[in-house]
Amino acid sequence: MINYKFLEHTADIKFRAYGKTLNAVFENCALAFSDTLSRGKKIKSEKKKTISLEGKDNESLLYNFLEELIYLLDAEYFVVSKAKVKIKDNKLNGVIYGDRVDNYKDLDHIKAATYAEMYIKKRKDGKWEAQVVLDV
Amino acid sequence: MIKQIAKNIWEISKEGKMNVPGIVFASEALMNDIKKDKTLEQINNVAMLPGIVKKSIAMPDAHQGYGFPVGGVAAFDLKTGIISPGGIGYDINCGVRLLVSNLDKKEFLKKRKEVIHQIKRDVPSGVGRGGEFKLDDKEINQVLESGVSWAVSKGFGNKRDIENCEDSGCIPGADAKKVSQKARGRGRNQLGTLGAGNHFLEVQEVEKIFDEEIANVFGLKKEGQIVVLIHSGSRGLGHQTASDYIKAMENAYGFSHLPDRELASAPIESQLAKDYLGAMRAAANFAFVNRHLMMCKVRGAFKSYFPKSKLDLVYDIAHNIAKFEEFEVDGFKRELCVHRKGATRSFGIGRKELPKIYQKTGQPIFIPGSMGTYSYVLVGTNESANISFSSTAHGAGRVLSRTYAKKHISIEKVKKQLKEHDVYIEANSEKGMVEEAPEAYKDVNEVVRVSHELGIGNLVVRLKPLAVIKG
Repeated sequence: MINYKFLEHTADIKFRAYGKTLNAVFENCALAFSDTLSRGKKIKSEKKKTISLEGKDNESLLYNFLEELIYLLDAEYFVVSKAKVKIKDNKLNGVIYGDRVDNYKDLDHIKAATYAEMYIKKRKDGKWEAQVVLDV
Repeated sequence: MIKQIAKNIWEISKEGKMNVPGIVFASEALMNDIKKDKTLEQINNVAMLPGIVKKSIAMPDAHQGYGFPVGGVAAFDLKTGIISPGGIGYDINCGVRLLVSNLDKKEFLKKRKEVIHQIKRDVPSGVGRGGEFKLDDKEINQVLESGVSWAVSKGFGNKRDIENCEDSGCIPGADAKKVSQKARGRGRNQLGTLGAGNHFLEVQEVEKIFDEEIANVFGLKKEGQIVVLIHSGSRGLGHQTASDYIKAMENAYGFSHLPDRELASAPIESQLAKDYLGAMRAAANFAFVNRHLMMCKVRGAFKSYFPKSKLDLVYDIAHNIAKFEEFEVDGFKRELCVHRKGATRSFGIGRKELPKIYQKTGQPIFIPGSMGTYSYVLVGTNESANISFSSTAHGAGRVLSRTYAKKHISIEKVKKQLKEHDVYIEANSEKGMVEEAPEAYKDVNEVVRVSHELGIGNLVVRLKPLAVIKG
């Protein structure tokens, strides 16, 4: 199973992420996010940050998770490489790995997560799938 | 059902939960582009929002966005209507300012690379490069509530720069207290920075004058005259403000009744709407100051190579914003809350909101083309009030996705095109250049032709780029 794939969207970035568990689908969303920022280059996992977030459903938790990654980029000059998360009862605890922004030259920017076309679902085959549109 | 009801006007009939019909302003060629993505569906979704007046509109450069389409305009009744951050966009007061110079093309070309290089050094762009203005909370509050006059009081720019900015560079009713710490954290180091994506700074020449009299009032005097166009917004501070209030409105009013979760909204009369308006106006002021400070840097860079150069601000316009404006609807004057997301206000003669000199002509409108293609200066009209709630296009509007552009357009081709058109470019990212390649956009010439034919923004001047800085 692939971790994520990008889809066509006229103006913004749209992707679908997959995973055997809800945790994995969030982690793969972080990989797609990192891939968008780095324009396909590999970001090193030099540093880590602990995060703790809440949502009121899976979608709002994912929105808040992506928003946190953008906050780290803008406010703390931290670019994500990968994430390890545990989700229970709409609460997420985890670790974000990544590196300093100024170690990379060719980064793209992401303005915001959006709810546009967003979904997270458990498929009939038991695997999880999420779709996200990022405003870039 | 969509049908053409007049030249350049298409109507989507009111069906299902739509409160009003949808209207698209486009030629047949532009309509073919618009039909390719979800723009029409998003126009219908906007038409379902409570209190929408008359029509849900899309401009000639419209394309799929999130919630509202980009190029979407909708006016809401102040009693029964809503305000929706998704109808303004994450980049609150993304906008454009134009400077006119006393230099001509021949002179500029002698030092083109040097000046552009200097601007590139002085105006931080791209990701992770902060500006030189690191503000504490008190100063941020002043930026948010005083706008451009804060910058002038600090010695950046002059009084004319205040007069010649939309809302005199400060939208009244801005409330810094309503801007979250998170938004401040994201914006704190970003004042005076260009950003990335489709934001840019271009040096252009006046290539063709369509309306000499109006061009003259705008300071666009002759062909070959050098001008500078700056396109940027409210950076992370604005983006976070939009996110904060989308979430707050969703929490307060739910989303199960909405056709798209991104259309979260609050009744205009509610406290939450008032809070958002205070925050949105504050973020808009931040954007005015952001463009203003970049303008000051550009002036400085020009001065170091052309000591006698003078760069005057023509105007600064917001193309992602909501405003309370008066319009005549069915014979009665009404104040409405007009959402413009990727659309430019196009006030005509006599509107009191305009600087005095432009009350005699209508307001200047700037329509940037895609990288390396023409940009246009238009003038607002009185007819636009009835046709489009005084709105017109804001750019060329994308037609190809970034993913598609990266797969199918080569950097060599983009560079060759720019060279053929004699455009010098400094960009942070080659991939970014490909994403912004001219083919990825609609034909800006067609967009402004439709605007002119409809009379919602009339042609004044065509500008040709000579140098581009891409974030």
